[in-house]
Amino acid sequence: MKYLLIIAGVLLIALSVAAGLIWVERRLLSLWQDRLGPNRVGPFGLAQVIADTVKLFFKEDWIPPFSDRPVFLMAPGILMITILLTFAVIPFGPDFYVFDSNIGILFFLGNSSLGVYSIVLGGWASNNKYSLIGAMRASAQMLTYEVFMGLSLMGVVMMADSFSFCSIVEAQRNGWFIIPQFFGFVVFFIAGVAETHRLPFDIPEAEGELVAGYHSEYSGMKFGMFFVGEYLGITLISAIIATLFFGGWLGPSFLPPVFWFLLKTFFFIGVFILLRASLPRPRYDQLMKFGWKVLFPLALLNLLVTGAVLIFLK
Amino acid sequence: MFSILRSIWLTFLHIFHATETVEYPEVKPYLAPRYRGRIVLTRDAARNERCVACYLCAAACPVDCISLQATEDPQGRRYPEFFRINFSRCIFCGFCEEACPTYAIQLTPDFEMGEYDRQNMVYEKQYLLIAGEGKYPGYNFYENAGVEVGVKGKGEGKNEEMPVDVKELMP
Repeated sequence: MKYLLIIAGVLLIALSVAAGLIWVERRLLSLWQDRLGPNRVGPFGLAQVIADTVKLFFKEDWIPPFSDRPVFLMAPGILMITILLTFAVIPFGPDFYVFDSNIGILFFLGNSSLGVYSIVLGGWASNNKYSLIGAMRASAQMLTYEVFMGLSLMGVVMMADSFSFCSIVEAQRNGWFIIPQFFGFVVFFIAGVAETHRLPFDIPEAEGELVAGYHSEYSGMKFGMFFVGEYLGITLISAIIATLFFGGWLGPSFLPPVFWFLLKTFFFIGVFILLRASLPRPRYDQLMKFGWKVLFPLALLNLLVTGAVLIFLK
Repeated sequence: MFSILRSIWLTFLHIFHATETVEYPEVKPYLAPRYRGRIVLTRDAARNERCVACYLCAAACPVDCISLQATEDPQGRRYPEFFRINFSRCIFCGFCEEACPTYAIQLTPDFEMGEYDRQNMVYEKQYLLIAGEGKYPGYNFYENAGVEVGVKGKGEGKNEEMPVDVKELMP
């Protein structure tokens, strides 16, 4: 019974945070752009989320006749499933997690690799040139950044001596991993932005050049799933950054551990939105060059130095 | 690298800046007197219509939203029989105001013209005419120029001299 409650709780938190982010992002962006943002529907415009959802539900759910129908229908679901599954291994509190996998980080990396499929298949099945270009960019970008996203986490794994998220949080009782693993954090954060294809790395969508990239042909709730999936991705990456580098639910005892975890997660969500507010989109080849020539060596170097120091200390 | 971090920081500082947004229905923005909004037809100081139905506004209008028909009163003074502006076409460019030789047609600082029925966007002369003189108080076209229609006699206007008798030889 308690187990089911936890599953329901994690699902509820993840989905409501992701949906609420639509409002949070619009308000924060407008704050940083000297505007007000949506403030009319409900108190502080909070009901904007409900209004948006209702609008999405009532939109015509058009499936293009030229599309590859089954694949077209599957693609948004894959995104949601892979991201929601990953929330299962994240500890929200000392005993508030769905399951403590001993390969938690691998599970996360595997799921985020599978998430690429949703975008590639969605872009391919749309049978639309802009969508295909977006999907191609997405696959290249996400495969590139996947490589050192994994590598950047290996330093943390070596220090905690475990792939399990719960053990990694426990290993940070004497100090968060942000200090010894600073470069790992930087690489992981940038890779995370690219992985969730958020601005400034929203090259697969790039409204200015590709209409909406891989989800140009999607409408109604299928678009909504891509939309919420993106915010779920932000929440996930923020939660993982908080877990792996900032001590997860650890914190002074005057607040409950879950609260500490959510606080840290929301801080990084805010940073994601701040990045969107302040940085322009790089060119496609610049992104690839930056990934392979700067971040990849940095991740390898970080791995090497961490390993050497750990062996030296043993 | 440094410039990226700096721009992120500068963007963050915008949290403490004042917002530019005006919350419109509650707070009405200040509109300058020369704001180009709803079009009106004005009257002169004697409360007569300024419009002389010269069709210049209709000719100047780039979207052809002005429609009028000229007629004359017994004294020979021209005025529009009907004057109609289709505000669903009007782009508020102000060309009609510039074209008007008598300052009759003027744009006002009012833009709240929403209607549920499109036909209601077509304003007839009775709804265009206002009681006052608009932006040019005291101006009367017939005091300065124009034919004799009872406002002034020939040569009696401001900055106007009596007509010369061309058959008279004396200097």
